[in-house]
Amino acid sequence: MITTSGLTKVYRARGREVTALDGVDLHVREGEVYGVIGQSGAGKSSLIRCVNLLERPTAGTVTVAGQDLTALAGRGPRAGRELRQARSRIGMVFQHFNLLSSRTVQDNVELPLEILGTSGQERSRKALELLDLVGLADKAKSYPAQLSGGQKQRVGIARALAGDPKVLLSDEATSALDPETTRSILALLRDLNRQLGLTVLLITHEMDVVKSVCDSAALMENGRIVESGTVSELLATPGSELASALFPLGGEASGEDRTVVDVTFQGESATQPVISQLARTYNIDISILGAAIDTVGGLQVGRMRIELPGRYEDNVVPIGFLRERGLRIDVLGHETEPVKEGAK
Amino acid sequence: MTWSEMQPLLEQACWDTLYMVGWSTLIAVVGGLPLGILLVLTDRGGLLQNLTANKVIGQVVNIARSLPFIILMVALMGFTRSITGTTIGVEAAIVPLAVGAIPFFARLVETAVREVDHGLVEAVQSMGGNTWTIVRRVLVPESLPSLISSTTTTIVALIGYSAMAGTVGAGGLGDIAIRYGYQRFETQLMWVTVAILAVVISVIQFAGDYAARSLHRRGSHAGPAPKLRLLKAAS
Repeated sequence: MITTSGLTKVYRARGREVTALDGVDLHVREGEVYGVIGQSGAGKSSLIRCVNLLERPTAGTVTVAGQDLTALAGRGPRAGRELRQARSRIGMVFQHFNLLSSRTVQDNVELPLEILGTSGQERSRKALELLDLVGLADKAKSYPAQLSGGQKQRVGIARALAGDPKVLLSDEATSALDPETTRSILALLRDLNRQLGLTVLLITHEMDVVKSVCDSAALMENGRIVESGTVSELLATPGSELASALFPLGGEASGEDRTVVDVTFQGESATQPVISQLARTYNIDISILGAAIDTVGGLQVGRMRIELPGRYEDNVVPIGFLRERGLRIDVLGHETEPVKEGAK
Repeated sequence: MTWSEMQPLLEQACWDTLYMVGWSTLIAVVGGLPLGILLVLTDRGGLLQNLTANKVIGQVVNIARSLPFIILMVALMGFTRSITGTTIGVEAAIVPLAVGAIPFFARLVETAVREVDHGLVEAVQSMGGNTWTIVRRVLVPESLPSLISSTTTTIVALIGYSAMAGTVGAGGLGDIAIRYGYQRFETQLMWVTVAILAVVISVIQFAGDYAARSLHRRGSHAGPAPKLRLLKAAS
């Protein structure tokens, strides 16, 4: 649904060049919620703004719903008619809502329809329907300043949906909201995604956002995507930074009397009850410290952190047993801990 | 001078002032609003970025603003004659008043429009709006309270300028104050004129502030516009 290839954005200011995006290849499938996470300055905001060309990429292409937007952009900073039409089919919600304070809630939602040239009656019917959808039917005549942050964002979402977009871009939509409101806004996005088949690309710096709504995620650092995939794929990727941040496993590092081991299940290995086999075969007590398991296509993927009694040297044989079963084993806090593999 | 002698003079002067200031304000708004918006749009990072045009407009505005009004009035005589057919009288005063007020108002508009949150512009861009839509639906309505305040300031400034319009025989309250009050030592008449001017300016300022505030308050937590109060409440 959204594909960027080799997307590059270089800002030039007073002779200095800052590379915000460095060859980003992103692929968002139709109907999924895709989260791009990264710290401030990682380039995620530039990325989402390049998707509807609010920001002109220096190089690379952006394709949304099969339409190459970069080809429509033309030269110069002004957006031509074709690009404007394409933009009207992409909804966008903002961190600071960006509602017009001079208009009522209903008039704010009608604005994109005015731009599309919809008739007055149809506009107000559609606006009220959308306000009902986001649960704000009773606020139609209020002004934005009379609403709470969460309500403002609901208006922002209703407004973004007015043009019947297939794609919704969310630029840190929940970052200015408290945790409770964040959850309700994310739930709303999730519902819209399911009900309307809306493809959502969201950027955020909060891991919880990705965890609660995203089907797929990408991690951005220094203008590059360093990891990406569906949440299950990430879970099954050994040493995935994103997976360990999404599903942190508790427990301390190995010590004199214990060996802590991270087990990554991938493919066939996960179908066997390896942990119980291990316990029976070697007659040892295994504590499970934490686990994040997902079932994808009948196969279990995920990570588990377990604790074996005794030092690492005493557990070489059981660990070997696990490795033989095709599992990826990382021993925590031991010098033989393998170097993290390159991220996917 | 008795009151019955003063009355017709003052009445005529009031109408002259109202006529001059009214028309010149109208022209200043019509001319200054697009000019001020253009100053913002053509600036660096603006929607119609064009630094050459921006510099040219900016310089013209600066030069026009730096001319003292009385000089402007004399300098524009040829231009005034070509438009009104005369260089004396109320109509002739409207031309330099308007020409002087356009750049003044344009600068105020520029400041007001710059205050509009750029996020709103981006939001409308993301909906597929063009520059004209952004001007009409975002920049003007969102800066309306400031634009109203700017208009008030312009009217008050024009009332001040119009006192000099007597130089070209345009009459008006300021002219009466100078010709009768100052030059003929009719101190009483001068004070009456000053009092009328003070009342007129207060009323205009008050009405402008009220209008700007009621628009600004619209939708804020404070609810509807406050009832008229004679004492200026902390805004």
